[in-house]
Amino acid sequence: MTAQRPTPTPRGEEAVYFNHAANRELVFQRCSDCDRAVFYLRTLCPGCGSESLEVTVSSGLGTVYSFTTQYRAAHPFFAADVPYTLVLADMEEGFRLFANIVDRAPGDVHIGMPVETIFDPVTDELTLPRFRAATAGVPS
Amino acid sequence: MSISGSAAIVGAAQVDVFRTEGRSPVGLMAVAVRRALQDAGLTLADVDGLFTSSSYYAMPTLTLGEYLGISPTHVDSTSIGGCGFIAQLAHAAAALQAGLCTVAVIAYGSTQRSDAGKLVSMAEQSVYELPYGLIHPIGAFGMVAQRHMHQYGTTSAQLAELAVSARQWAMLVDDAPYPTPLTVDEVLASSIIASPLHRLDCCLVTDGGGAIVLTSAERAADLRSDPVFLLGAGEAQNHRNISQMADLTTTVARDSSHRALSMAGVALDDIDTVHVYDAFTISLLVLLEDLGFCAKGEGGAFVGEGRLAPGGQLALNTNGGGLSYTHPGMLGLFLVIEAVQQLRGNAGRRQIPGARLSLVHGMGMTLAAHATAVLSATPQA
Repeated sequence: MTAQRPTPTPRGEEAVYFNHAANRELVFQRCSDCDRAVFYLRTLCPGCGSESLEVTVSSGLGTVYSFTTQYRAAHPFFAADVPYTLVLADMEEGFRLFANIVDRAPGDVHIGMPVETIFDPVTDELTLPRFRAATAGVPS
Repeated sequence: MSISGSAAIVGAAQVDVFRTEGRSPVGLMAVAVRRALQDAGLTLADVDGLFTSSSYYAMPTLTLGEYLGISPTHVDSTSIGGCGFIAQLAHAAAALQAGLCTVAVIAYGSTQRSDAGKLVSMAEQSVYELPYGLIHPIGAFGMVAQRHMHQYGTTSAQLAELAVSARQWAMLVDDAPYPTPLTVDEVLASSIIASPLHRLDCCLVTDGGGAIVLTSAERAADLRSDPVFLLGAGEAQNHRNISQMADLTTTVARDSSHRALSMAGVALDDIDTVHVYDAFTISLLVLLEDLGFCAKGEGGAFVGEGRLAPGGQLALNTNGGGLSYTHPGMLGLFLVIEAVQQLRGNAGRRQIPGARLSLVHGMGMTLAAHATAVLSATPQA
């Protein structure tokens, strides 16, 4: 029996994020009142409480803040992928994104390395942002 | 009106803290409750305050109350992960002081080992993390360790020292599950689960039930056991998901512990025994820094040279803690029970002579929630 993919059930603003991902856009929010970069998508700004949040498309460029390579799968679905590396990246617009990195072997990921976002349509309903090593440096 | 010194732990018990034979999670809780009440010289009929939290039961005070056949007047199922039971010390003290209940029980039970080592959790995973296969919680702690190493030069061998010290303490407990020494090399030779963390950087996976009984300091004076007084308590929280923890190397443990120590009117130097949540070597190291036992970033150097082993500078997790004694899913209540044993002078070969003040600190989830308590053998510090 094949294990089923762990699939999120996005609701409300969560669905907005995944709808944009399906269109190959990584989105965050910019607060119209305090200019804070907000991620994940919210209904109010955690910095100032404003409800004025503008969904904004990210460049998808970031640098690795930390990572781990897992030698066990979190779920039977991922068993064939082991070992796989998961990354927290600081995106250039000022928010942090969590995803796996697809093109680097264990031991070939380091903190501070530039990454870019790619989009993987894993099912008809779900497209996942993932990372790969950026070909060019991230503008500072 | 402070709760400091107003309430006391008058009973404590733990059962089947490695493997249970035939008890369910609520069954473990129930046996622990009965034994803690016997320890206090009280009965189920005296209990009108019921405090618990669970990875098995969505409404655990209803589950436990029904199982015990009691009808409490005040309940609390604070759900912030493994430190919830430490937070409930203050919740119970406040309820006792306000007259909402007169005898409060805090209980916990888990069959995580019997469940074949699978982490039992009802906790939902964020839609932004779920699709990527992060193992809760070790994947998150792998990222914490990687960052700590990057910022401060901490090494895997330094983290291993924490597992080694814990094992030395556990060997002083009569029912230690692994009563043989552990070396740094053995930790480093164990398989990597989530880099840079090895299997032996992780806590044990055990079953276990625990319970404590609290009542007012006045009533405690009339009971049979030596009371342990709650002098200080503090809570703090920072995030829910690891991807929202801005600085992976720094927690709000410093805030909860500052609140607890201030309420108690004591300083860290006054503390005789320390009981800190040790789900992983790295989580313990970060918490020791944030609690102020060493400066931020200096944990790696601090935990070596036998400072945390029996006879060392700090009497930390004197039964071996989660790393080497028991860790049934959520550890918090077992840290409290060990502190009670020390403060009553009942800790056998691991007893810290003259222990009068203990600090208990728990985290919940991945360094997300924090609760600190200062416990004392006397009503004032």
